[in-house]
Amino acid sequence: MNYGNLIRIAIRALANNKFRGFLTMLGIIIGVASVISMLAIGQGSKRSIREQISEMGSNMIMIRPGNGKFGGVRQSASSMQTLKLEDFEAITRDVSLIDKATPMVNSSGQIIYGANNAPTSVYGINQDYLDIRKFSVDQGEMFTEHDIKTAAKVCVVGQTVVNNLFTKGEDPLGKTIRFKSTPFRIIGVLTPKGYNSMGQDQDDMILAPYTTIQKRILAITYINGIEASAISEEASEEAIEEISAILRQNHKLAPGDEADFHVRSQEELSSMLSTTTDLMTVLLACIAGISLLVGGIGIMNIMYVSVTERTREIGLRMSIGAKGRHILFQFLIEAVIISVTGGIIGVILGIGSSLIIKYGIGWPVYVQVYSVVLSFLVCTITGIFFGWYPAQKASRLNPIDAIRYE
Amino acid sequence: MTNDIIRIENLRRDFTVGSEIVHALRGVSFSIRAGEFVTIMGTSGSGKSTLLNILGCLDTPTSGDYFLDGIAVRDMGKNDRATLRNRKIGFVFQSYNLLPKTTALENVELPLLYNPAFSAKERKEKALEALEAVGLKDRINHRSNQMSGGQQQRVAIARAIVNDPVILLADEATGNLDTRTSFEILTLFQRLHAEGRTIIFVTHNPEIAQFCSRNIVLRDGHITEDKINPNVASARKALEALPKEEEETGTIEN
Repeated sequence: MNYGNLIRIAIRALANNKFRGFLTMLGIIIGVASVISMLAIGQGSKRSIREQISEMGSNMIMIRPGNGKFGGVRQSASSMQTLKLEDFEAITRDVSLIDKATPMVNSSGQIIYGANNAPTSVYGINQDYLDIRKFSVDQGEMFTEHDIKTAAKVCVVGQTVVNNLFTKGEDPLGKTIRFKSTPFRIIGVLTPKGYNSMGQDQDDMILAPYTTIQKRILAITYINGIEASAISEEASEEAIEEISAILRQNHKLAPGDEADFHVRSQEELSSMLSTTTDLMTVLLACIAGISLLVGGIGIMNIMYVSVTERTREIGLRMSIGAKGRHILFQFLIEAVIISVTGGIIGVILGIGSSLIIKYGIGWPVYVQVYSVVLSFLVCTITGIFFGWYPAQKASRLNPIDAIRYE
Repeated sequence: MTNDIIRIENLRRDFTVGSEIVHALRGVSFSIRAGEFVTIMGTSGSGKSTLLNILGCLDTPTSGDYFLDGIAVRDMGKNDRATLRNRKIGFVFQSYNLLPKTTALENVELPLLYNPAFSAKERKEKALEALEAVGLKDRINHRSNQMSGGQQQRVAIARAIVNDPVILLADEATGNLDTRTSFEILTLFQRLHAEGRTIIFVTHNPEIAQFCSRNIVLRDGHITEDKINPNVASARKALEALPKEEEETGTIEN
């Protein structure tokens, strides 16, 4: 049999029932469009979180005291004092995969300038911190190695701090602010970075030499953490292993002992955060998938009705020489044409609505090629699958009964 | 015996209805030669529909032999019979059975769509030829729902002859038409017969017998009468004898 003729027959049959064909298609159109746009929304929010995390720093590795198991158990104060400056020195000396590293001590409280005061966080770090966290100094300059050695009372402040303290628009450079009754001279102002994905103001902070904070403010011998950056993203995992090994050795932990510190990479952080968006994406895809399924059942329903409605037509076709498989193919081709056309319209509509959401509402939306291909394939397969049964039924009709069917 | 189009021998067809066996045909034998115009008559339940189904290769006999144009049909499978119907048989039904919302031309082309031997161009030529033969040359692009019953039946006849069948099977072809249109259709059949086609006309209406060359009467699954009609009446004259009324569109020219 000439399949071109069967396709022509199917197209003629569909053309005679344009409205019915369109209604059938509607299910598929809505299904495909919603799968594409839902996945685009899910993927968009995932990407935006990843982007924000990578803005936080480059290939960051965070080392913190304690074993990092939260929830339920309050960790003893002594377990939070396990990181020492020697650990930082050992890491910078021995871990080859580390590009930059800084010890970190932090404190928070009111800062005072003249009649103004504001709560903020103070981080005691070295100069590498700027590169690790992708900060830069806008005005003035960063403190130096010499300032660290001498525990100089200098600081670099974020834009929010400037806004809070210098309400009259004075130049903050060279001014002295007080934190916990210690005066700090402002030598630089950071370039504003804005809020991060967790809603923290990244400009509301003060950076000072770690020696100054450790000795003059907190009077402690331990440090609150170490921040480092790996030489590349791929090296992160290996760097973490090296760091862990060195720290375990320094802390004289026997194999099997629980670590008194924990090391996290930026990727870990981002994958932790993407778990939520992944879940959301799956949920959205499920909803969209169900609508696609409903669309498929719509095809089956219409095809089924149309087989009954066209029983006489089928009987006639058989009596003038159509074989069972010709009827089968005719109905299958009709189902495929409906689902493929519906799929194409659905793809256009899905991409279109994603763009509307992106530029109209401003949500982060990202249309992936795979979601387009996947939903299109699924809809075609759904169409064939649900078209098969009625088509099979049509092809098995007895021409004698069919031709006289009332 | 060489120009026997149809030869059936001791044809039987039984149906099982529930636990009972119904004998629709109880041993029917006859031959139809090329160029005959035969009526098969009988009341309902006489077995004429069953016989028509078998002659039309839609059904197979329980026993007995059926040769269509020299081909033994009895042992053929479904698909082979479909092909046989496509090449050798033209059906005309009581209720026309045209595809809805489809033009006359497309309806007539339909049997050739199932025959890969024809190209689109040949298909159209053949269909136009057939439509011309039934006097509907000016109606080729009319859709089936835009035509009268008589016109629809003529489209159906054109569809039946488009594949040059060896036999034309008409099943109560005038059953749904008024007297005038019935005579018009019969006139058309007589002309097709005169052009050399073999026609079997199945009907319960005894009036039709006078226009045919041979009459077979079935009753309770047996042939009760099979005789040649020596004085075939002209359907055209019968048509002319009818009281004059508005001439229907689409005239038949002889």
